[in-house]
Amino acid sequence: MYYVIDRRRNPQGRSLGNRQRFIRRAREQIREAIKEKLRDRSIGDIDSGEDVVISADGIHEPHFTRDPQAGHQERVLPGNTDYIEGDRIPKPQGGAGSGSKASPDGDGEDRFAFALTREEFLDLFFEDLELPDLVKRKFKAEKSLRSQRAGFSTTGAPNRLSLLRTMRRSLTRRVALGRPSEDQVAELRAMLEAFKNGEIEPSDGRPIAAHVAELEEALERAGRKRARIAFIDPIDLRYRRYEQMPHPVAQAVMFCLMDVSASMDEAMKDLAKRFFMLLHLFLQRRYEHVEVVFIRHTHHAQEVDEETFFYSRETGGTVVSSALEETLRVVNARYPTHDWNIYVAQASDGDDIPSDVPRCLDLLTQKVLPISQYMAYVEIGRQGPPLGLGAESDLWGGYRSLTDEHRNFAMRTVREPRDIYPVFRGLFSKDRVET
Amino acid sequence: MNVHVASPLLYEGADWDFDKLQRAYDAIERIGIDELGLDLYRNQIEVITAEQMLDAYAGIGMPVMYKHWSVGKRFAQNEMLYRKGLRGLALEMVINSNPSICYVMEENTMTMQATVLAHAAIGHNHFFKCNDTFRTRTDADAILDYMAFARGFVSQCEERHGVRAVERILDAAHALGDQGVNRAGRGRPRIAQERDRAARRMQEERSAYNDLWRTVPSTRAALPGDLDEQAARAALGLPEENLLYFLEKHAPRLKAWERELLRIVRNVSTYFEPQRQTKLMNEGCACWCHYTIMNRLHERGQINDAAMLEFLHLHSSVIFQPDFSDRRYSGINPYALGFAMMRDIERICIEPTDEDRDWFPHMAGNGNPVETLRRAWADFRDESFVRQYLSPQVIRDFHLFKLDDDGEQPEYTVDAIHNARGYKRIRKALAASYDVAADLPRIEIVDVDMHGDRRLVLQHVVRKGRVLDALETRRVLRHIATLWGHSIVLREVDYETGRAFAEHGASSGN
Repeated sequence: MYYVIDRRRNPQGRSLGNRQRFIRRAREQIREAIKEKLRDRSIGDIDSGEDVVISADGIHEPHFTRDPQAGHQERVLPGNTDYIEGDRIPKPQGGAGSGSKASPDGDGEDRFAFALTREEFLDLFFEDLELPDLVKRKFKAEKSLRSQRAGFSTTGAPNRLSLLRTMRRSLTRRVALGRPSEDQVAELRAMLEAFKNGEIEPSDGRPIAAHVAELEEALERAGRKRARIAFIDPIDLRYRRYEQMPHPVAQAVMFCLMDVSASMDEAMKDLAKRFFMLLHLFLQRRYEHVEVVFIRHTHHAQEVDEETFFYSRETGGTVVSSALEETLRVVNARYPTHDWNIYVAQASDGDDIPSDVPRCLDLLTQKVLPISQYMAYVEIGRQGPPLGLGAESDLWGGYRSLTDEHRNFAMRTVREPRDIYPVFRGLFSKDRVET
Repeated sequence: MNVHVASPLLYEGADWDFDKLQRAYDAIERIGIDELGLDLYRNQIEVITAEQMLDAYAGIGMPVMYKHWSVGKRFAQNEMLYRKGLRGLALEMVINSNPSICYVMEENTMTMQATVLAHAAIGHNHFFKCNDTFRTRTDADAILDYMAFARGFVSQCEERHGVRAVERILDAAHALGDQGVNRAGRGRPRIAQERDRAARRMQEERSAYNDLWRTVPSTRAALPGDLDEQAARAALGLPEENLLYFLEKHAPRLKAWERELLRIVRNVSTYFEPQRQTKLMNEGCACWCHYTIMNRLHERGQINDAAMLEFLHLHSSVIFQPDFSDRRYSGINPYALGFAMMRDIERICIEPTDEDRDWFPHMAGNGNPVETLRRAWADFRDESFVRQYLSPQVIRDFHLFKLDDDGEQPEYTVDAIHNARGYKRIRKALAASYDVAADLPRIEIVDVDMHGDRRLVLQHVVRKGRVLDALETRRVLRHIATLWGHSIVLREVDYETGRAFAEHGASSGN
């Protein structure tokens, strides 16, 4: 006797719950490993899944085991070729036995390797990051509708059937209409059998046949009634109802300003692009309603699309204020300040024609910062050690004066690829210390 | 004589479908039951995908398993190894339940499916049903229901008390899984009743709950000052080697649901104990069955030469035993040794040598190999099976040798090789290595400080200087302290001299 069952169509991902528990458990180690990884991979790869190797400390499952090195043990092994009884074999040096050497403070060095999916990776990657001061909320059309439970209805899709409600109504109706239950029928039947077999004597002195007839009729009546009154009637059915409710949405726009002038060498442009890629990825992933405007500038600025921003080459002189002016133009044209949360991220090597710096500061304090929720300035330094004390760039010197007065302005320096992620986290972490 | 259709072949080619599967199963089962006289649970054969097989791996081979991060961990690890091609997946997996559930992978070729059916649905199935260790210690009828209950109970607890609180208890209990089995045996567990018992207890607790009682100061039973220590210890059932059982019953601070979790882990541990004790025999029996059955099918012309060659290739890779010096060596392959021993018994029954007549007078030349094998499968477990049946022939075939390793010495000593002087010593040592009870460190609870700080005293009985791994021990003790709620000390004491080795301790973190 046997059955064959085809389970291949069963729902996938049965172990998802276990997976989530595991990731949560190993969160700290995984984040550590991701940080480690970022040092030597390009940002473009972040967008795919990832193999990580984490320390096995937090996920180790201890058991009582014996010390593999201590005491007297006997082993039986297969495949003897030349040994005879009494031979002595020197023990292998160093890594004898299989036990991992562990440090005395209780933490072993075992490593554990597994693959993270893209989703898991990015979730951990951008954990605890957010856009600050996302305050202007507005009822917006179409996209901002959300399903919300709205009681029960008598019609609906089968997957929305509320079993509890339906069965409760069915029970009430059956009780009210007096539908004989399974047990009652069984009881009648048992009694009938008992009478027929003469197991019980009628106590009222009437003949058995009368009782039998009575019971048979009762049974038949019960059967008819059960057939007439359905166990579940269409009027019992209740479905969970959902309604689309409008939901206020915070609209935000991020302006990415990048300096592509000749003073930025290829390595520096690469750093800047990496920073913006990270920013772009972060916004895409975490905010459904954030728009991104890409502006690049040399001695003049222009709004470009994503493709051009990241992949095309251009050089020229440097007028930083042109980018700020372009930003203001776009804001005026498309993003009314009472509806939009405005964010600005600027990356530059800090070179500017000296006469332009005061104009930049003027634009920032008068126009840009007052309408922005937050502005981050990232200065791309040359690789290697700083040129020397006092060798700060034109912009850095000018911008530094802004940090005291404007709490929504922050600035950082990036010199090497490995700086990008910490700087990024520093600029957008939830508990950002205002400088 | 049965009517033979034009072609007696059960199938041709690599692809399988449900018709072929059915024909093959019928033929295989007929050989198993009619010719080999095997006794089987009803089979439930489930076709699954690779991902589902990974799932089954992770869930310690249970079709239903409660949720725990360690399952996710195993899944992640296996998946990684599988994706990178470092590890293949088993072709099948079989559950000791009634009906016997046998998973087969959809990627298998038809010959693989036939082999798998003969191996698992016949071989393992018979072993589960007839082996004494399984019959007395597991309850195949109820295990699936019980696991479903356990899964429900754990998720209920998670909802009520939080995932972390449940994890804390399960982690600690898992660390003691090996110490949660009654190896001495207390009769067959009635798992079917477990669920009702647990449900009833929860129900009683709910119905008896009255918020008023919380406000009544609890009267503590006064401890009689001169209570006899001995009696107190006896009341706790000390010494006790089932640590999980003791903690479930006596840990002072655990709540009812926490005790129930310990009980679940203990029941799961107990369920798997026979599989640990009979790995070698179980695989040996299954390999012998698939080998014999596939050969019979070929003899009868029910499978063609191509299928037979494919089978032999598969079979020989399953029973491959690398030498100790080989890079691939990772212990003795239970499939290899098990199969070799079963074939050897068959040989001894049919054409014994003089040596065999000396060693196995009770079965040599009895001409009834199947009957002899069936009896061995029913009455033995690995340790006693090796002690009873390992023949000089198999020792020679495997070139087995025995190595003594004294922790102090810089060298190993070869104590015995495959010659007349060595057979018995090798057999004895190999049998001992399959003795689960001796292989695990023996740890008992010996004392509880009832009047003082409630410290729990454990003792490890050390044989031949084999002390515990200090680091691992400290980690496990931390888990025990979580459950016990007070401090713990574990003393290592020599079995013969009573000399004390190390002492490990842990205090409850609260």
